[in-house]
Amino acid sequence: MGDVLYVLEHYYPYLIRGFFTTLLVSLIALAGSLIIGIVVAVLRIAPLKALNAVGRAYVEILRNIPLLLVAFFFYHGLTAFGLNLDGFTAGTLGLTVYTAAFIAEAVRAGIQAIPRGQMEAGLASGLSYVQTMRYIILPQAIKIVIPPIGNQFLNLVKNSSILSLFAGFDLMYWSDYAASDSFKTFGAYILAAAFYLLMTIPLSIAVRTLEGRLHRLPDRSRAAQAAYGEG
Amino acid sequence: MDFRAALTPEHILFMLDGFRVTLLVAASAIVLSFLFGTVIAVLRYARVPILAPVLGAVVEALRNLPLLLIIIFTRFALPDIGIRLDVIASAIVALTVFEMAMISEIIRGGLLSVDKGQIEAARSTGLTAFQTLRYIVLPQALVRMIPPTVSQFISLLKDTSLAVAIALPELLHNSKIIYNANPSRYVVPVLLFAGFLYFITNFSLSQLALTLERRLRIEH
Repeated sequence: MGDVLYVLEHYYPYLIRGFFTTLLVSLIALAGSLIIGIVVAVLRIAPLKALNAVGRAYVEILRNIPLLLVAFFFYHGLTAFGLNLDGFTAGTLGLTVYTAAFIAEAVRAGIQAIPRGQMEAGLASGLSYVQTMRYIILPQAIKIVIPPIGNQFLNLVKNSSILSLFAGFDLMYWSDYAASDSFKTFGAYILAAAFYLLMTIPLSIAVRTLEGRLHRLPDRSRAAQAAYGEG
Repeated sequence: MDFRAALTPEHILFMLDGFRVTLLVAASAIVLSFLFGTVIAVLRYARVPILAPVLGAVVEALRNLPLLLIIIFTRFALPDIGIRLDVIASAIVALTVFEMAMISEIIRGGLLSVDKGQIEAARSTGLTAFQTLRYIVLPQALVRMIPPTVSQFISLLKDTSLAVAIALPELLHNSKIIYNANPSRYVVPVLLFAGFLYFITNFSLSQLALTLERRLRIEH
């Protein structure tokens, strides 16, 4: 316990900086993966086989390889094309591209929970496919999809710790620094755990509350819950 | 980019050797986390006093921590309090501790999904609480848990790569050693090959899970 307080007293500016960097990375990656995820989800259900295949390939490939491999591709792999990204940028890109696959699955389940008749009604009233998606289907699907997306945000906060492996200046990076600089390894990592829980416990309570609310919705929206994939 | 120079037989063998370590560590952690996860889930399901709430808090904390932190903690912080583990043992212990928390929640969910009426019926026909668990609840719960458990195992196989942080000689670690020799020429082919190995293994597992899920759904 003394060690924990010692590390807190001497390294708190670094740890607080890391805390906010972790939050920032997670928020940027969430925004990015929402955009890519929605596009991929729409590709998967678009009325064109070739697009479905592209969407499916994206999801299947990224869900079945490790996040760290994706991040290494952005950090080390792009150097082969003369592109040197810093750890923060490469890590955030890796997290975004990886998380998008899980968000795509959640969004797809949400879209498919909206009754088919609504798409037909939209098309029959003269809206185009894209307009029906944009104005009728997506606004409703978003409500169903919020809890699983919250879950992905939770995963992002935890997964962003990989930035520490290539100088991404996140919470884990500064915890490693505090551990090796103070020689109080045990205290430093216990403190790191406390800082992470400070972010993740409220988030997981919030997600659970949202999930509970979803349970009171009509049966069809429960289909979306199948999509709470692990990150 | 030079596929022929990057993927020589020696390099491929070295990467496959890393994949062997990945599979070994993942398989050990899968077996152990399933055993511990079941015990935790049953203790919490049975609401054993003191133990159940304590385990609940531990599971909650573990699930909300980054696995990377748990791996680094096991390898570098535990020696501070006198527990020294080698690299492979650290990786297995860390993955087991994290995954048992995840799997115990899946198992608990499965147990809770069994209708209360069945338990009451079993108890009123004279079965003990343990017999009810063993013959009525567990067989049904286990069947329902198969699909989420398989996805959890896929995560575990992927997550083993986080042990590069403690220099576990697994697939991603060995891949890094190879491409570091000549990054601009080797990195893309080596990462593609590593990704291919992960992909075919996990994709096969997920297809297996889908088949199982479909077959079970037909039974009901």
